Amino acid sequence: MTFTIPIDNGDALKNSQRTLYPYVTGTSIVAIKYKDGVLMASDMGGSYGSTLRYKNIERVKAIGKHSLLGASGEISDFQEILRYLDELILNDNMWDDGNSLGPKEVHNYLTRVMYNRRNKFNPLWNTLVLGGVKNGESYLGMVSMIGVSFEDNHVATGFGNHLARPILRDEWHADLSFEDGVKLLEKCMRVLLYRDRSAINKLQIAKITEEGVTVSQPYSLKTFWEFQAFHNPTAGAQGSW
Amino acid sequence: MFRNQYDTDVTTWSPTGRLFQVEYAMEAVKQGSAAIGLRSRSHVVLACVNKAQSELSSHQKKIFKVDDHIGVAIAGLTADGRVLSRYMRSESINHSFTYESPLPVGRLVVHLADKAQVCTQRSWKRPYGVGLLVGGLDESGAHLYYNCPSGNYFEYQAFAIGSRSQAAKTYLERRFESFGDSSREDLIKDAILAVRETLQGETLKSSLCTVSVLGVGEPFHFLDQETIQKVIDTFEKVPEEEEGEAEAAAPAEQGGGSGSGDQDVAPMEM
Repeated sequence: MTFTIPIDNGDALKNSQRTLYPYVTGTSIVAIKYKDGVLMASDMGGSYGSTLRYKNIERVKAIGKHSLLGASGEISDFQEILRYLDELILNDNMWDDGNSLGPKEVHNYLTRVMYNRRNKFNPLWNTLVLGGVKNGESYLGMVSMIGVSFEDNHVATGFGNHLARPILRDEWHADLSFEDGVKLLEKCMRVLLYRDRSAINKLQIAKITEEGVTVSQPYSLKTFWEFQAFHNPTAGAQGSW
Repeated sequence: MFRNQYDTDVTTWSPTGRLFQVEYAMEAVKQGSAAIGLRSRSHVVLACVNKAQSELSSHQKKIFKVDDHIGVAIAGLTADGRVLSRYMRSESINHSFTYESPLPVGRLVVHLADKAQVCTQRSWKRPYGVGLLVGGLDESGAHLYYNCPSGNYFEYQAFAIGSRSQAAKTYLERRFESFGDSSREDLIKDAILAVRETLQGETLKSSLCTVSVLGVGEPFHFLDQETIQKVIDTFEKVPEEEEGEAEAAAPAEQGGGSGSGDQDVAPMEM
């Protein structure tokens, strides 16, 4: 998707910083609510167009004590968002009054930011996933680059919407155990690894509960390439496909 | 307090380290009609005396809803009070819009205090002549704060401001330790009894006071006259003879002024 913006004289001076296309991008994020909180999975790749250029990018970060933010899309915009949130959390902590911003508040703040940037034709080219737990209540929501925002029991970005969510719709249920949640996410990530060209086999799963945030060490999934269909891919097909 | 050469400007210190203009602003609060606030762990009650300019006019509104979870009662220059209430409403709604979450009352009063402080440090401004009793909720429960024209704010279990507030304060001082665990009904009753103290013998009627409540699970709202009268009836056995006494007492009270210093109440102070 490209943004065509009417160019006027002021553009060169004022607006040369507008985001027009993404350059270094992260692919899907998949996240689910489970018994104790929220689980979020992403791979560690940063693509430069069709090149799988960066292989050590953390696309899931802890925000304050109660939230987890995952992003797909332009990595530099994600870093910018992290700076905004850093300042937000810092100011919240400086109050030192026993009140703190929970995941709902952070989600709504991000929605405002994304929507207002979209209105100025200078979007932050990300789809964000915000998960967290506060006072025993789990929260999971999403904001897109145009400011569309909603909450759900399971969310995914990019290709994840097409490949992971059907699996989650069938197999997600409330009060998943941690092990079952991880298995479910790995199932989704495996499908994405097979079918999304920008996915790499190095992923992290992050967990957030009332106690806090844990981000796993990077690991890779076992893949199987010996399916008969892969051996002789054109066997059943006449013509090009 | 007498006039002196250091009291013209808010930005002039006296040799003894006082800002007289700020202190005079606090005097204005003392001249206003009484406002009382008390809180338990889960509820805050704000009550005030309804004073009307004359028998012909209606009484001034002194309690304002800032948000579902915050209310404010004012004493002093009501015009200043209204402006500050509007500011509080604005801050509250902006926070709600951005974060979909209620603004913690403790943060609101700091914003309010900082706003008041600015007026004590600009030569082209004057301090706000109004004291605010802010009651509200945040994550840790119910709170009551008092914001001063000086820019200071304090948290209270119970407090009273305005004219004859000392009588109410004495009443509250005797009981405040039990307020934390009070039920909502007892809290309301104590508020109305505190209002009665400021009336100095005048019969307490529901038309003379305004009472508002907010709490955990209960949005800010005013109690209607009927409810207030029912509470009054539980402790005030009002025989008809007292009515005559009250009529005689009332005009004398209004003419006599309300507190130290000035003989008449300035029209802008209520």
